[in-house]
Amino acid sequence: MGLLSLAIWTPIVFGVVLLALGRDDQARTVRWVALIGAIVSFLVTLPLYAGFKLGTAAMQFVEKAPWIERFNVNYHLGVDGISLWLVILTAFINVVVVIAGWEVITRRVNQYMGAFLILSGLQIGVFCALDGMLFYVFFEATLVPMYLIIGIWGGPNKIYAAFKFFLYTLLGSLLMLVALIFLYTKSGGSFDLATWHQLPLAGTAQTLLFFAFLAAFAVKVPMWPVHTWLPDVHVEAPTGGSAVLAAVMLKLGAYGFLRFSLPIAPDAAHEWSGLMIALSLIAVVYVGLVALVQTDMKKLVAYASVAHMGFVTLGFFLFNDLGLSGALVQMVSHGFVSAAMFLSIGVLYDRAHSREIASYGGVVNTMPKFTAFALLFAMANCGLPGTAGFVGEWMVIIGAVKANFWLGFAAASSLVFGAAYTLWMVKRVYLGPVANDHVKALKDINAREFLMLSLLAIAVLYMGVYPKPFTDVMDTSVTELLKHVALSKLI
Amino acid sequence: MIDKLSWISVYPEIILLIMACVIALADLGVKSPRRTQTYLLSLLTLAIVAALQASYAVGGVTVYGFGNMVVSDPMGNWLQCFATIAVMVSLVYGRPYAADRDMLRGGEMFSLSLFGLLGIFVMISGNNFLVIYLGLELLTLSSYALVALRRDNATATEAAMKYFVLGALASGFLLYGLSMMYGATGSLDVSAVFKAINSGQIKHQVLVFGLVFVVSGLAFKLGVVPFHMWIPDVYQGAPTAVTLLIAGAPKLAAFAICIRLLVEGMLPLAIDWQQMLMVLSVGSLLIGNLAAIAQTNLKRMLAFSTISHMGFVLLGLMSGVVNGDVHYAANAYSSSMFYVLTYVLTTLASFGVILLLARDGFESEEISDMAGLNERSPLYAGVMAVCLFSLAGIPPMVGFYAKLAVLQALVASGGVFHIGLAVFAVMMSLIGAFYYLRVIKVMYFDKPLTAGTMSAPFDVRAVLSLNGALLLVLGLLPGGLMALCANAVVQMLGT
Repeated sequence: MGLLSLAIWTPIVFGVVLLALGRDDQARTVRWVALIGAIVSFLVTLPLYAGFKLGTAAMQFVEKAPWIERFNVNYHLGVDGISLWLVILTAFINVVVVIAGWEVITRRVNQYMGAFLILSGLQIGVFCALDGMLFYVFFEATLVPMYLIIGIWGGPNKIYAAFKFFLYTLLGSLLMLVALIFLYTKSGGSFDLATWHQLPLAGTAQTLLFFAFLAAFAVKVPMWPVHTWLPDVHVEAPTGGSAVLAAVMLKLGAYGFLRFSLPIAPDAAHEWSGLMIALSLIAVVYVGLVALVQTDMKKLVAYASVAHMGFVTLGFFLFNDLGLSGALVQMVSHGFVSAAMFLSIGVLYDRAHSREIASYGGVVNTMPKFTAFALLFAMANCGLPGTAGFVGEWMVIIGAVKANFWLGFAAASSLVFGAAYTLWMVKRVYLGPVANDHVKALKDINAREFLMLSLLAIAVLYMGVYPKPFTDVMDTSVTELLKHVALSKLI
Repeated sequence: MIDKLSWISVYPEIILLIMACVIALADLGVKSPRRTQTYLLSLLTLAIVAALQASYAVGGVTVYGFGNMVVSDPMGNWLQCFATIAVMVSLVYGRPYAADRDMLRGGEMFSLSLFGLLGIFVMISGNNFLVIYLGLELLTLSSYALVALRRDNATATEAAMKYFVLGALASGFLLYGLSMMYGATGSLDVSAVFKAINSGQIKHQVLVFGLVFVVSGLAFKLGVVPFHMWIPDVYQGAPTAVTLLIAGAPKLAAFAICIRLLVEGMLPLAIDWQQMLMVLSVGSLLIGNLAAIAQTNLKRMLAFSTISHMGFVLLGLMSGVVNGDVHYAANAYSSSMFYVLTYVLTTLASFGVILLLARDGFESEEISDMAGLNERSPLYAGVMAVCLFSLAGIPPMVGFYAKLAVLQALVASGGVFHIGLAVFAVMMSLIGAFYYLRVIKVMYFDKPLTAGTMSAPFDVRAVLSLNGALLLVLGLLPGGLMALCANAVVQMLGT
């Protein structure tokens, strides 16, 4: 069994064991098994980084076995510079989320923990799949645990959110399914991604494929104007669900662009890059403004996520080195930062049971340790140099300036909005005098929360100060991808 | 002189016939209200027959017996084997329910099920219009009686009446169409009809006239729009244990006669019947899915969902021949076969859970009756959730691969129009996902209305868990069953 199989199946097996473990009177055992499972799952991804060979764009740790021979579908796994960090990020966030749900979740603990572990394995599967059908199976299967997580442990309007999440994303991916079958037929019976990358396609076919993939991935990222599910879902999802959703699930869509849209339909991607850049800029600027007026903290961070993911898609469609690398770095850093933001809100929500900005004020007075963390994450969220949020955005902006000055100007202006909505929220929630009795009664974070937040804080700072391990891994794959996309595949 | 091979090819039918009579008689001596001895004897018979069919299927030999009246080929043998298992599982799930409602008295449920299964066997192995028709009548007459098994229940009687009237009408259609074909080709033998049509000597109008009636009759039996009206009423009205018997194994037989009549008999008319099937399929996908949204009764909802699933089966059947080229046929028909098999497997498990929830004097057939099932029994809720996700076509459940296979056949077989049809089909399954999710929502997100854990006899629990596990395992490793269908269909087409 290869390392990638281990990374995928370890959490899934632990998750299944947890589901079988049963009742809530064993909650303590369940939590420890879940934590051990998450940590083991994280540890098995580390050799991937240690053994990763730099300087090659080839797939590494490849595993290939026939799966459904009738359709020539293979269990074909591998990682390159694009996916490696996403795999590790997923496993890392999973550990944090298990810690975050520790004593907060008291109802059906085994199902909660099991769902997260299984979800984590499935997401890693998406990042590792080199076979179109395998990718689709993992991609779709992630919907099931997330649907249950939102629906069972969510807020008051959870049913609406769970349905919106499921149906919205299913709509997109079903169109992708037709596209995959079309490619299978065109390529003479192969679901192999590498074969598809080399497959010459006519202009109309490329355009149709591009838009079919766009339907799936744009909803998932989410890009403006199909982002409307995200705020609703984030608000209702439990804290852990929001964290995984923002940190990893959105990346599935962005990752799809790099594995499918760009290399399979490069000519269409170039042709429609204007549209994509426009949509990304709207996400960055307009959604940033929308975030400014939110009164609900989770909604604010959700809109901020849309804006940050706008940077990612912007970077993709600039078709230059800095833009694409920046987008990739942004994907990973947004994973850490958005998870941290949602978990911080979760810490407050667990105590005061409100997400409204107005119900807080002067939290720093009662929760100084927590406020220190929250401030750090807020700074990362608005892209302060020295934090993870800075690196990616800065690279994308430079890339944009290279492409066109005004493009870069527009993208850079969003940093101002980012600072505005984040800092304004920080001011209203954390700073100032104690606003009311609820805030007065707040207790500072305990050891568990301290551990969880410091794990994220370390990641955020490390990535901000020393992003080299990230960019080194990505570099060759990015160059290779750009080279591939620059060549026309028209017939 | 009837040769030995002919006899061997119908051994399963003979065993089934004898045992159905024996069980009917033997039950006279059984005193137990739950009919344990009759039940065990029936299961034993079915197990032997299933094993026999499986061994024939694995042998892979095609035998034409009794002067081409019957055929025993791997496709038929596998379908018969699975139909037997489906009846077996239905009896296991249905017995506690039937016992609580005094439906086991006289043991007719067992012998009628076996006679129905015999009808299914004859339909599947018939190679002659009249033999196929006889099988069909044997199946439907047994089913009418089964639906009416609760003599004192008004809805069941009403359902039986509807089923009988509409079923008779459909049989009439089919018979009329077959007689037209007979008149035009001068033969009742499926392969002789094929040859006659293929010769091109027969007037096309007459053939198509007959074909319309044949297809209508088949559409009735499959339950596709616009011949679907009986399905919801019968599914809802029949006692749930009988609904399961009707919803499971007979679908395999309906698929088989479509293959026998349309493909083996009338493949040269494919251009004509494929267009008809396409219209039926589009209608079924549309109406089945849209009407299912409005249902509050779970059985009725599943009935409409059946209609939409049969629409998918037709999508596969209509993709076999492209411009007279039968290159894609094996791929297309095997995808439909795979679809039917997985559909039956899923239906068994989902009705199994509904049966389990029903108690003495309580039917548990409203969607709201499923409320909070996860808190009462995570296992059964899990099985039901797997079924529903499978029906919705979400990977890694087996229903996804069934949809994939059919869509692949569809896209492979044609140009832009077929791709458009594929997009239509997936959009309809998006609507389908909504009402399946609604049931999952009720099971997982809502509070239970009645507290208390659920108990079930050991056999039901074991088979149901196995059934649910099989859906998941097939979802992870669907290759084997797909290959089985492909081989069976290739051999069928080869002869």
